[in-house]
Amino acid sequence: MLNHYSLWKYLMLAIVLIMGSIYALPNLYGEDPSVQISHRSQALEEDDRLLVESALKKEDITFKHIELADNKVLVRFNDEQVQLKAADILKAALDKKYLVALNLAAATPNWLRSLNASPMYLGLDLRGGIHFLMEVDMHAAIKRVEESLLSDIRSFLREEKVRYSDARRDDNTLRIEFRDTDNMNQALPLLKKQFRQLDFTQQDEQLSIEAKLTEVAIRDEKKLALQQNIITLRNRVNELGVAEPIIQQQGDSRIVVQLPGIQDSARAKTILGGTATLEFRLTEGDVNDWYSAKESGRVPVKALLYHERNGDPVLLSRRVIVTGDMITDAASTIDTDKGVPAVSVSLDGKGAKKMNDTTRENVGHKMAVVFIENKVETKMVGDEMVKQRSTTKEVINVATIQGVFGARFQITGMESQEARDLSLLLRAGSLRAPIEIIEERTIGPNLGADNIQQGYRSVMIGFVLVLIFMAVYYKTFGLIANLALTFNLVLLIAILSLLQATLTLPGIAGIVLTVGMAVDANVLIFERIREELKNGNSIQASIHAGYEKAFSTITDANITTLIAAIVLFSLGTGPIKGFAVTLSIGILTSMFSAIVGTRAIVNFVYGNRNLKKISI
Amino acid sequence: MQLLHGKMNIDFMSKRKIALAASLLLIVLSIASLAKNGLNFGIDFTGGYLIEVGYPNDADIESIRNALASNNFKDAQVQNFGTSKDVLIRIAPSSDTNKATISDKVLATLKQDSDQKIEMRRVEYVGPQVGAELRDQGGMAMLVALFFILVYVSLRFQFKSAVSSILALIHDVIITVGFFSIFQLDFDLSVLAAVLAIIGYSLNDTVVVLDRIRETFRNVRKTEPADIINLSINQTLSRTLMTSFTTLIVVLALFFIGGEVIHGFAAALIIGIVVGTYSSVYVASSALLTMDIKKQDFLVQSKEEIIDDRP
Repeated sequence: MLNHYSLWKYLMLAIVLIMGSIYALPNLYGEDPSVQISHRSQALEEDDRLLVESALKKEDITFKHIELADNKVLVRFNDEQVQLKAADILKAALDKKYLVALNLAAATPNWLRSLNASPMYLGLDLRGGIHFLMEVDMHAAIKRVEESLLSDIRSFLREEKVRYSDARRDDNTLRIEFRDTDNMNQALPLLKKQFRQLDFTQQDEQLSIEAKLTEVAIRDEKKLALQQNIITLRNRVNELGVAEPIIQQQGDSRIVVQLPGIQDSARAKTILGGTATLEFRLTEGDVNDWYSAKESGRVPVKALLYHERNGDPVLLSRRVIVTGDMITDAASTIDTDKGVPAVSVSLDGKGAKKMNDTTRENVGHKMAVVFIENKVETKMVGDEMVKQRSTTKEVINVATIQGVFGARFQITGMESQEARDLSLLLRAGSLRAPIEIIEERTIGPNLGADNIQQGYRSVMIGFVLVLIFMAVYYKTFGLIANLALTFNLVLLIAILSLLQATLTLPGIAGIVLTVGMAVDANVLIFERIREELKNGNSIQASIHAGYEKAFSTITDANITTLIAAIVLFSLGTGPIKGFAVTLSIGILTSMFSAIVGTRAIVNFVYGNRNLKKISI
Repeated sequence: MQLLHGKMNIDFMSKRKIALAASLLLIVLSIASLAKNGLNFGIDFTGGYLIEVGYPNDADIESIRNALASNNFKDAQVQNFGTSKDVLIRIAPSSDTNKATISDKVLATLKQDSDQKIEMRRVEYVGPQVGAELRDQGGMAMLVALFFILVYVSLRFQFKSAVSSILALIHDVIITVGFFSIFQLDFDLSVLAAVLAIIGYSLNDTVVVLDRIRETFRNVRKTEPADIINLSINQTLSRTLMTSFTTLIVVLALFFIGGEVIHGFAAALIIGIVVGTYSSVYVASSALLTMDIKKQDFLVQSKEEIIDDRP
């Protein structure tokens, strides 16, 4: 029997249609302005939800909905003004262990959410926000490890009572020099046993041992540097109050950071890229020594010459009391005595003990706070790319130790914005290696909204024009093709929503293009049917032959576009990927709806009937 | 409704010399322009800064230029973007400005210069290393796509058809890219994506015509290859025009409504669709004829008769 579909095929189509409609539906509901509350270190519970609720009720803030989901509390509001006000109230009311972030939460009704249906994920070019691509300075990471190993080697040899004359690092090589062969021969097996991450070679004629990091150790360190930087960046992003950030590794030395809804890219850059940390050292000598050291350039062996922000010299001890890693918490405040911006600092156990011991022994001495910042920049020198690294070390404060202190104290010597940023950086932890922002794409919220609107309008207008055209040109069959085209669009959106693929502006362009090209399959089929009719075949036979003969051509034609789309997906980046995704899914759904979908309707309408004429 | 009534019988092949001349002219123009002017690469490929700002009223381009020049941004290109209220500022990378924070300084300068409230619409910074990579990746994507399509076409068709479809493809890509070179339009990542889409689209069109030529060669007892090709083109002409037309409609919608950001992308597609339609009629088929295609060329591959028959 020609042009007949069995019941199971209709059922399958009906199921696909229903599922498609359900999963495409969430995209119609829009978003609620909302505030998301999470905790720095632990999952939130029902108590926290009640706490948030009561804080809002106390200030008479009306909210639409409050819920505990994914260990976070999400409060939805009716408009943005209330949202902003509520966020301020919550920031003030809640302990600073809570992170308060603005968010746009999908307003998907509960019954849809229970089916796991959610709207498409909008890319930054549609919702606005910041995209950074950051490169971790692996050279600096390796250098850091080598330097710390060098100091370990020094103390190890001292402990083992092996006498060496010099130990230094030059160009990825650690060199330990000895006065005689005995000591050298004694050192080698000990070092080999103790430092497995190094390859040692003995240089007999120079009386020295050279050590280089093994390949494995270098690889491990790079991995560690990347992972630790990702963790630090994640902490910092949380401090910025971003609701759905993306922080991902890309390649073996890069990190992608996406901050939806954030616009102040200057501040985001200072916070994310900041390498500021602190060091505490005792001073050496008195003010006269400092100036004479600056003028003569001769620095005492035990001391290092630093400068204050105004350029005044300070001599500091080579020994560091406490470094930034030992800081567990920091907050910006105002110094009550002097009325200047200050950072209050808490140290971990080890740091507190060191600080305690040092201050006890040195009451009346002076201690300095050193502000350290590492920077890396890539510059073009001719055609060569050169990385330039610089480190700023400034003494921000020199003060006399008045009494013994340990775990908690305050430091001053900064502007208030600086105090805020520094306390944030100290809190979030330091980067293991400096990072450089090598790509930025920031989209303002209005441009994002414009992009959505213009994209939506071009899809709709293109779609309607094609519908009209098909109906006029192919009459009844055109209407059938239009049903299939609509089905195609619903299916495409449903699949994009299900996959939670990121929809970008080029992605919308891909949808537009799919709408235009989707009718191609039907055009091929209908033209074939017209031809068969012209050749004098019966109507049923013509319909059958039209579908049959056009099939291989349709497949061929679509596969070529699919190849281009897949290549684009695998080699493209960011927004271009979005285009490739919508284009390739669109090709598949359009083939399905144009071939199976229209055939089902055609068979339903025309199958098993004696026809004199069809409208095509 | 039918635009092309009755049995179409346009003698396309007799005019192929004219078409060949036109194609050659366009290709020579494109290549000459590419050699002389090159492409006006966007910052995606060159690296640099791109800042789009919106003013509440008409923006004073001259004043913006002066303000930037007096703040050490002498090379900044300032132009309106879309409307007279939107301004696009481009700064090429230079040896001492390669820092993501430059864009912040530009924004600060603009805000200082104007008493209007300026809105940041878009900031893009592409570092030199990223620009070089995107360039390499883009070129690579183009080659890989061409390679896979070549493989597909040569598996799917016999040799002469494969060669002619690739010729048509190269023809379309050169002319589209040439258009961007001649008019010095911005060639950025999205335009590259459009060119790749054109590679797929153009072949799509050509495949339909070649499929029909193969079928006609097998089924029709005509002797002259030119007649057979003419017949096939006429039979598929209605479809070729229809599909190109619907695709063109939506791409035009994108061009006129989709906004300034997507302009280059839509422009590339428009050119690609027009040239692709023409090339599927003329370039591939003329190439077949030039290579002296015969009925025998198609009969050897009997294996291909097995076609999955169920839609």
